[in-house]
Amino acid sequence: MRRARLMLAAAVVVGALVYLVIGGLRGAVVYYITPGELLDRGPDAVGRPLRLGGQVQPGSRSFDPRTLELRFVLTDGRAAVPVLYRGVPPDLFTEGQGAVVEGIYGSDGVFVARSVIVKHSEQYAPPSP
Amino acid sequence: MIALGGWISLVAAAACAVAGLAACARPRGGRRVVPLAAGMAVAVTGAVALLEWALIGGDFSIRYVAATTNRTTPLAFRVAALWGALEGSLLLWTWLLAALTAGVAVRTRAPAPRLWRGTVGVLLGLCAFFLLLLVGPADPFARVPTPPADGTGLNPLLQNHPLMILHPPLLYLGFVGMAVPYAFALASLLAGRDAEDWVVVSRPWTLGAWTALTAGLVLGARWSYDVLGWGGYWAWDPVENAALLPWLTATALVHSAMAQVRRGVLRAWTVVLAAATFWLTLFGTFVTRSGVLASVHAFTQSAIGPALLAGLAAVTVGTLAALAWRVPDVRDAGSVASVASRDALMVFNNALLLAMAATVFVGTVFPLAVDVATGQKVTVGPPFFNRAITPLGLVLLALMGAGTVLRWGRSSPADLRRLARTGGLAAVAASAAAAAGLRAPVAVVAVGAVAFVALAQLDELARGVRALHRGGRPVPAAMAELVLRHRHRYAGYVVHLGMAVVVAGIVGSQAARLEVHRALRVGEVIRVGPYALRVDELRAGTYPDRLVVWAPVSVADGGTALAASRDQAPAAVLRPSQNFYRHARTPVPTPGVRSTWREDLYVVLLGFDPGAQTVVLRVVISPLVSWIWAGGAIMIVGGGLALWPPRRP
Repeated sequence: MRRARLMLAAAVVVGALVYLVIGGLRGAVVYYITPGELLDRGPDAVGRPLRLGGQVQPGSRSFDPRTLELRFVLTDGRAAVPVLYRGVPPDLFTEGQGAVVEGIYGSDGVFVARSVIVKHSEQYAPPSP
Repeated sequence: MIALGGWISLVAAAACAVAGLAACARPRGGRRVVPLAAGMAVAVTGAVALLEWALIGGDFSIRYVAATTNRTTPLAFRVAALWGALEGSLLLWTWLLAALTAGVAVRTRAPAPRLWRGTVGVLLGLCAFFLLLLVGPADPFARVPTPPADGTGLNPLLQNHPLMILHPPLLYLGFVGMAVPYAFALASLLAGRDAEDWVVVSRPWTLGAWTALTAGLVLGARWSYDVLGWGGYWAWDPVENAALLPWLTATALVHSAMAQVRRGVLRAWTVVLAAATFWLTLFGTFVTRSGVLASVHAFTQSAIGPALLAGLAAVTVGTLAALAWRVPDVRDAGSVASVASRDALMVFNNALLLAMAATVFVGTVFPLAVDVATGQKVTVGPPFFNRAITPLGLVLLALMGAGTVLRWGRSSPADLRRLARTGGLAAVAASAAAAAGLRAPVAVVAVGAVAFVALAQLDELARGVRALHRGGRPVPAAMAELVLRHRHRYAGYVVHLGMAVVVAGIVGSQAARLEVHRALRVGEVIRVGPYALRVDELRAGTYPDRLVVWAPVSVADGGTALAASRDQAPAAVLRPSQNFYRHARTPVPTPGVRSTWREDLYVVLLGFDPGAQTVVLRVVISPLVSWIWAGGAIMIVGGGLALWPPRRP
């Protein structure tokens, strides 16, 4: 009897936790494609809202303080896509680090980003120097 | 010469570790264990001294030295370069582990004669594993064929703040220290039921590791606030999570150990927690050192990733086997008698801490799991963690307050009345906060929870002091005597109080944070919140290791007019700057911060144009941030108090 009650309580707690975690993940997970995958899609990718994720290529970052224009190149080691973002570089934005940008890929090959998310996890290795 | 000497020291240490392990395995090898453990610690100390010598002397023929220092690196950071990159930090790690192993070998033989050999054996086995990594794939003394004229220098993010000197060693000490309760728990499992109580013998080691880990986490948050220039202190970065996970389980371990000692409950559970905590420290090391999850802190991906993974797998399999084999034999001597008791709250507290740890763990490894399973790339952002952890944290605070009020075993009606009174006062505090204009429901609940915890701890202290004071003692003497006599118990209350202050700081800084980005000309005045800011000039200076550009900003607060002219004395002058280190492509900002107990004004120089005399500033106003540091300090003091050896009767 005691044991059954204990198991019931444990099941309720675990259930609540699973609900919390799954519910939380559903809203917070960001799916994205990499520069290489963008290249593979070719002209199909132009003009569609996309999420692009990769590493900020070292040496590619430029920021104009007067116009607040941030330019950098995202790479996955296979392909590199230039990105234009109008705004101040976000928190923790550094070269060589992972970032996800949301925006539209232009026919001129420049990805115009509406938002830049600095990525704190990155499971593939950056291109070795 | 240095390189060869260092490598030989490491080989000698590894030999001592293996010989010591063999001695532990033999029934009558006990005599040799202490000298071998001590010899190992001395040999690793020698290797550390030699690497420090090479770093301070700038011996660029050693690859590690060339990679982490250069001719302009200040002395303090040359010393700190020992833990500035992979191989050196593994050496520091191994050094701390070797020192702890020697300490455990010397100090626990008398109090735990039956557990001693097994415990030291487990620790020596771990030492041997890390030493073999150091003499093999992660050799800190590896040489370059042609020594460069100058080294690369430390990562500028690490070199830009003095906390770099304190934060990593404390964090490592916390990590490494969790090996001691694990070794004791495993030894007691294998020794069977009539061995000594491992929880009692390992208590000071566990508390020491917990305190060091707490200090490491708080100082890491502070470093992040001062160096990364975003005005925050915690980003749910995988590496931050890796350090938080063992802290959560270690906190659960400290509490369940108390329940075991006081009431004879949760015995098997405490063993599992010690194992889980240690496993998480290894997992954290693997995550940081293997490059599996890159982050702001992951300095490398390297060949030692697979070796660490193999070690992690071996520990996991071995521990699970030992648990499966022996845990069914671990029987509780008592049971939780009542829900309204401290015993029951320890169980709930453990469930919540574990739930928090599970949530953080899932969020951290989720991207990896999805990629392995489906090949899709995902990230999990801070919103997930904030949403999941906040409710759990608030319930945990409520339990923390109730646990202080209630008694072991069964609480009296008087205790329950005090619980109701404290809860009522907390509700009043929350209502007052809401009436004063606090809008977010989460923040209002949090104010109540924080007040509940703080009131419960203060009430407990006050009751003790009053009792002694009635006996004729003046209040300060009564307080000192009380705390010193029941050091362990009051240390716990002090830590809880510190935690409440930390949470107040977190809630305050999240609830009413104000951030603006603005481009402005030199001499222009802008208003941000209650402050007026004026950029006075744009200046540059060269130092041996870097070029610094700074923009002094005059600040006036509380409605005082700040004219564009220079003659009026400002309330404060902040000096946000950008540091351009040699060999670094991107500048590192140093924010200018005006900190008071009410709020921080935090100004970052994001960009500048000397030709047009314009700057771009990020201005952040976050309330109560300094409470986080103050609360952290209180927690560390509480941990130190608990560690202080008890007075001999």
